[in-house]
Amino acid sequence: MSKIDQNTIKHISDLANIPVSTQETKKLVDDFLKTLKVIDELRQVSVEDVEPTHQVTQLTNVMREDEVAKEKMLTQEEALANTESSHKGYFVVPRILEK
Amino acid sequence: MNKYTPIIGLETHVELKTNSKMFCGCVNDPFNAEKPNIYTCPVCLGLPGALPVPNKKAIEWTIKLGLSLDCKINHFSKFDRKNYFYPDLAKGYQISQYDIPFCFNGQIQTQQGEIKIRRIHLEEDTGKLLHEIVNNEPVSLIDFNRSGVPLVEIVTEPDIKNGDQAQEYGKKLRTLMKYLNIADCKMAQGGMRLEANISLAPKGSTKLPNYKVEIKNINSFRFLKQAIDYEIIRQSKILDQGKIPAQETRGWDTTKQQTFSQRTKEEAEDYRYFPDPDIPPIVFTQKEVAAINDSLPELPDEITSRWQKEYGINTKYSHQLVVDDKTVSWTEKILSLSKKEDIKPTAIIGDIINKKINVTKKDDPEKVINIFKEHHQTVTINIDELDPIVDQVIENNQDAVEKFYNGKTQVLGFLIGQIMSRLGKKADSNQVRQALLTALKKSQ
Amino acid sequence: MSNLNNLTIAKALELIDKKEIQVSDIYQDLLNSIKEKNKELNIYLNTLPDPLKEVKKKTNLKLKGLPIAVKDNFCVPEMPTTASSKILKDFKSPYESTVTKNIKKAGGVIVGKTNLDAWAHGSSTETSDFGRTRNPRNTNHLPGGSSGGSAAAVAADLTLAAIGSETAGSVRQPAAWCGTVGFKPTYGRVSRYGVIAMASSTDSPGPITKTVEDSVILYQAIAGHDPNDATSSKKEVKNLIKELDQTIKNLKIGVLYLDVEELESIKDIYQEQLKVFEKLGAKVEFTQALDPRYAVGVYTVVQRSEVSSNLARFDGIRYGSDRSHFGDEAKRRIMLGTFTLSKGYADQYYNLAQKVRTLFINDFEKLFEKYDILVAPTSPGFAKKIGSSEGTAMFGELEDMLLEPSSIAGLPGISVPCYRDEKTNLYLGLNIMAPMFREDLMVRAADAFEKNTPWNSWRNNS
Repeated sequence: MSKIDQNTIKHISDLANIPVSTQETKKLVDDFLKTLKVIDELRQVSVEDVEPTHQVTQLTNVMREDEVAKEKMLTQEEALANTESSHKGYFVVPRILEK
Repeated sequence: MNKYTPIIGLETHVELKTNSKMFCGCVNDPFNAEKPNIYTCPVCLGLPGALPVPNKKAIEWTIKLGLSLDCKINHFSKFDRKNYFYPDLAKGYQISQYDIPFCFNGQIQTQQGEIKIRRIHLEEDTGKLLHEIVNNEPVSLIDFNRSGVPLVEIVTEPDIKNGDQAQEYGKKLRTLMKYLNIADCKMAQGGMRLEANISLAPKGSTKLPNYKVEIKNINSFRFLKQAIDYEIIRQSKILDQGKIPAQETRGWDTTKQQTFSQRTKEEAEDYRYFPDPDIPPIVFTQKEVAAINDSLPELPDEITSRWQKEYGINTKYSHQLVVDDKTVSWTEKILSLSKKEDIKPTAIIGDIINKKINVTKKDDPEKVINIFKEHHQTVTINIDELDPIVDQVIENNQDAVEKFYNGKTQVLGFLIGQIMSRLGKKADSNQVRQALLTALKKSQ
Repeated sequence: MSNLNNLTIAKALELIDKKEIQVSDIYQDLLNSIKEKNKELNIYLNTLPDPLKEVKKKTNLKLKGLPIAVKDNFCVPEMPTTASSKILKDFKSPYESTVTKNIKKAGGVIVGKTNLDAWAHGSSTETSDFGRTRNPRNTNHLPGGSSGGSAAAVAADLTLAAIGSETAGSVRQPAAWCGTVGFKPTYGRVSRYGVIAMASSTDSPGPITKTVEDSVILYQAIAGHDPNDATSSKKEVKNLIKELDQTIKNLKIGVLYLDVEELESIKDIYQEQLKVFEKLGAKVEFTQALDPRYAVGVYTVVQRSEVSSNLARFDGIRYGSDRSHFGDEAKRRIMLGTFTLSKGYADQYYNLAQKVRTLFINDFEKLFEKYDILVAPTSPGFAKKIGSSEGTAMFGELEDMLLEPSSIAGLPGISVPCYRDEKTNLYLGLNIMAPMFREDLMVRAADAFEKNTPWNSWRNNS
């Protein structure tokens, strides 16, 4: 079973962009361990020569023609309607340092 | 510096000029949008419940590009999610390709040798960030007009040796994509973005260096060459000291003419790639790939070498004409008309390139031929006018005449030139030459 | 007549046709009922302010303006869509989901948005950020989830029919716990466009209704190809109405999971009820399948992995509140899903889970070579008491263990009431599964079971 500790949770919290308190971290270690116990049962199954299934539809080549669909586009008002942070048509966030 | 071999690879992102975006039917024209956030929809704005549907044309164009660069095509391919957080990434993941890109193992020739193409894949572009002060607060403004635009990513093997070769590669790639009519590659508009990975290995070493410096945010070929050449020197100085250059991302400061550190890469990011469950895989048959291959036009390199063989046009001139299919067919017409009219192809092409005649690509090829003929139209000079001037030139250039008598026939050219300039008219050079030779024989 | 909200869709349409009642009469009783009961049961998060205005426009369409309740993870422009999460408390979608669009096209009116486990993470509707929903059959018990609000709305007659969504059990399990019919179509049969994504590779919108017939009526309205959803099937939608009232003589039925130890004390009940099929001429045989316990592992990994990615868009920038407002269950799942996809672990978890998923698909294929349909208990037991889900990390997964195999394989399934406990008034459900796109077989069997047993409270006034 994988080693799970508070450092794991902190690392995952960064990756997942979810803030967690120290208290939450402790509980999450516990939750992880409980869940991984169930998941680890999967190792009892033999998957030799088995391909993974990522989609059950067996569909392929579902594409669209290169056409503009005006009726599906949003106006600027609609695009901004659900935020309180907008400025001259832009979404606004506190200054980001270059990535 | 000769102690080291530069190991340079280039990653290029190019916006495809499809009508609509990669996974939705929004207008694909972010640079010309009059306002921010007017070309969005639930899909590219990342609204809850929205789903992506891939743009067929973008995929076909990617295959076309791959075949033009001699790549193998993966007959089974898929889109994967690249998960990371950034305000300009609406869904919190970018739909891209991870382990099975559409194209792989291609190559492109340059004057300094072959550059192998490792892979070409298709993905979606992010929104755009602008940094401003609003109400005295430093903020970042986000515009999603560009979110979801189809982006093709071309990655080379680290075969590039120096700034010149990198520049040539970049220009050839741009020419090819413009010629295939799949991208405008306007670097100043962000239509083509280059990133270089540079490290140095001790000369003769077979091991790859244990560090890599990434150069990003370069928006011209000239800066690319300068940045690479600068980096090679900077890194060799560090290596000379027995140290290892820091693994980091650097930008190019054109005022200071140096690269500068932007961000240290401590560990590679964990993008947690997995196949996008919303998009069924893409499958090609051998036949379909062959059909796309057959539909390819004659490629720029092929045209250039054919023009060299058939018409003697040198590559420096060809490169300026093989820029898009319109210009190529215009030039082809001129070349074949030249042959018919008994005009030297190299002459007319030379005049066009060197702007010796006043023509534009909008002019009909026939018109161009006529303008060329007019420009070179010569007048037959009356011998009463010609002979005195010939005698005068012979008299004033006794040294040259001596040389001629001593067998240095090339001096004729100079003497003819003297006669022509005194005439002040467009004389038929053959007529002048005959008159000169006759006069010289007489005087001998 | 009073309490016209007790009608089924089919019966309501019949009476309207005969001009014995008007649609507005139904709404009068319905809206009164909602006023009376919604506070205690906490079924609706939002209701349409003036439904009769919409009804007027629909009287010439098939569903004549009848009220349909929709789970609050379907985007509609006329009311907020919250996914029962504080993050989307005030979110008004500028676009419409394909399912609700189709319901409106068929003449249905969306009378309200129903409560769910926040983000559809759960099997109790107790983890909603807006309070738990109670089971109308016995308000000390849970309605199941995640479509608990929709199932409770049907059970309480606070709607004529409802729409839910199932990722692994979220339509069939609450339907069973509330004594209603829950129809989960084949994956890809009904468009996911506009449904707030949970596990993209298994999410299936589906009807929760009073009868099998009603579920078929709604199914016909919402099934079909959608160019907005690249995983939606282009296969022709069969007319399932003609599967009602049909014989099931010689239908080969395989019975699964009766030997699962979690089945508590209900094994005997199921064995008794299955005799109905034999009486109707079907061939019933108990058989073995791949241990559903492994499906729990597969589903847990796949769901959490996909969810960790699907919920990444909720960053508070373009809409909603920031990520600190995620509830505990959502946080738990996102974190675990991030972990199972992360470097060094993806192979052991995500890739392994997808391989075991293949084993389930293959297992079902083999079973369907022998049997036309497969049946099993929907749930390991009756609806659990209020508070049962609290603090338990894997509550949902274990409750849905018997449904997860067919969900991860994309199969269709329908749960029908198959027993009622007189003391508690709680129900058990029978899950009838068919091969992909063979909804016709399962509807035939479900309809026959419903009409030949006393368990449907609308057919039998119980």
